Amino acid sequence: MKSSPSLAEADSNLSALAGGPESEPLKMGSIELRSRLIVGTGKYSSLELMRDCHAASGAQVVTVAVRRERLVDKNSGRNILDFIDPEKYILLPNTAGCFDADEVVRVARLGREMLTDSGYRGANWVKLECLGDTKTLLPEPIGTLKALETLVADGFEVLVYCSDDVMLCKRLKEAGATAVMPAGSPIGSGQGVLNANAIRIIVELLKGEDPLYPIIIDAGVGTASDVAAAMELGVDGVLLNTAIAGAKDPVRMAHAMRLATHAGRLAFQAGRIPRKLYATASSPWEGRING
Amino acid sequence: MDVVVNGKKVEFPEPITVAELLAQHHLHPTRVAVELNREILPRKEYNSAQIKSGDQIEIVTFVGGG
Repeated sequence: MKSSPSLAEADSNLSALAGGPESEPLKMGSIELRSRLIVGTGKYSSLELMRDCHAASGAQVVTVAVRRERLVDKNSGRNILDFIDPEKYILLPNTAGCFDADEVVRVARLGREMLTDSGYRGANWVKLECLGDTKTLLPEPIGTLKALETLVADGFEVLVYCSDDVMLCKRLKEAGATAVMPAGSPIGSGQGVLNANAIRIIVELLKGEDPLYPIIIDAGVGTASDVAAAMELGVDGVLLNTAIAGAKDPVRMAHAMRLATHAGRLAFQAGRIPRKLYATASSPWEGRING
Repeated sequence: MDVVVNGKKVEFPEPITVAELLAQHHLHPTRVAVELNREILPRKEYNSAQIKSGDQIEIVTFVGGG
C-alpha cells in the first residue's frame, strides 16, 4: 500500500475538523462502530490487495462467506483470515448462496462456530442472506423472515439483507432483526439506489419511534456518489463489495467510498435545501449598477 | 470404512478421529468448522470424535464474500 496511509491520515484530519461522522458511533446490537462503511472480502485479485482496500476504506466490519474447505494434501498456507487483523476488524459471516431458511440457519451456525474462540469479536453476528434464484440474486422475503425468526431465537444478532419493500422491512424489524439491510439494486449490479423513495419511507417508518434503529444499504452500489446519495437518505451505513473489488484501482476506490460515506452522512445531518423548479439568485438584487 | 467428506466419498483404511482428519489435510482447527452428520461438532470434541463408517462430514472455512 503506497498512497493510502497518507490519504487516510488526511481523511481523519478532515473528519475531526468537521466534527465528522466518525465521532458519532453507530450502535448495532452489542457492537459500536466508528465507521459506517461495511465492506466485503470477495472478488479481489489478491489477498494483499483486499487487505489494502480494507485499510483505505476505514471499515471496521468486513463480511465473509462460509464454504467447504478444499481438501488438498499439501497445505496451501494462505487463509483469508491471515489478511484480516482481529484487532482492527470485526467479521460478519454471511449466508450467501442459501436459498431457503434451513440452509441459512445451517450456514449461520457454522459461521458462528468458526468465530467462537477465533480471536475475532462478535461471534453472534450474522448477515442473513436468503436468495430467490441464481439469476437475479434477489432476496426471498418469506424464507428471509422464517430464517430470521429461528436465528433470533437461537441468540444471533441478525443483520438482514432484504429487498426495499417497506412493509417487509417493518416485519423484519418487528421479528427482531438487529438491522435491516435493504438492497439499493441487485447484488453487483452497480446501479446505486434505484428506489430512493422506498428507502426514505423505510427510514421514516422504522426510525419513527426508534431513531437509532440501524438501516444499512446493502448491495448495488457502483461508485462513490451512490454511497453519498444513499447516506443522504438518512440510512446509517452502506455495505458494499464489488464496487471496490471490481474498480480499476480498488485502493483508490476504497478511499473514495470512505470519503463518500462521510460526505453523505454530513450532508444528511446538515439538512439539504429543498428542490425548486426555478432559480433563486445568490447575489443580492439590490444595488446592481445596471438597476 | 467409507465416509463422505465434503460431498465426496472417501475410504479410510484405519480408524481416524476428526482431529486426525484435519491434520491430514493440514487444516488448523481454529480456521474451520465441522459438521458431523449435520450436527456441528464443537472444537473441543475434535480429538475424541471417532469417525464411523457411513458418517457424513462437512469441513468449512471462511472465504471472500460480500
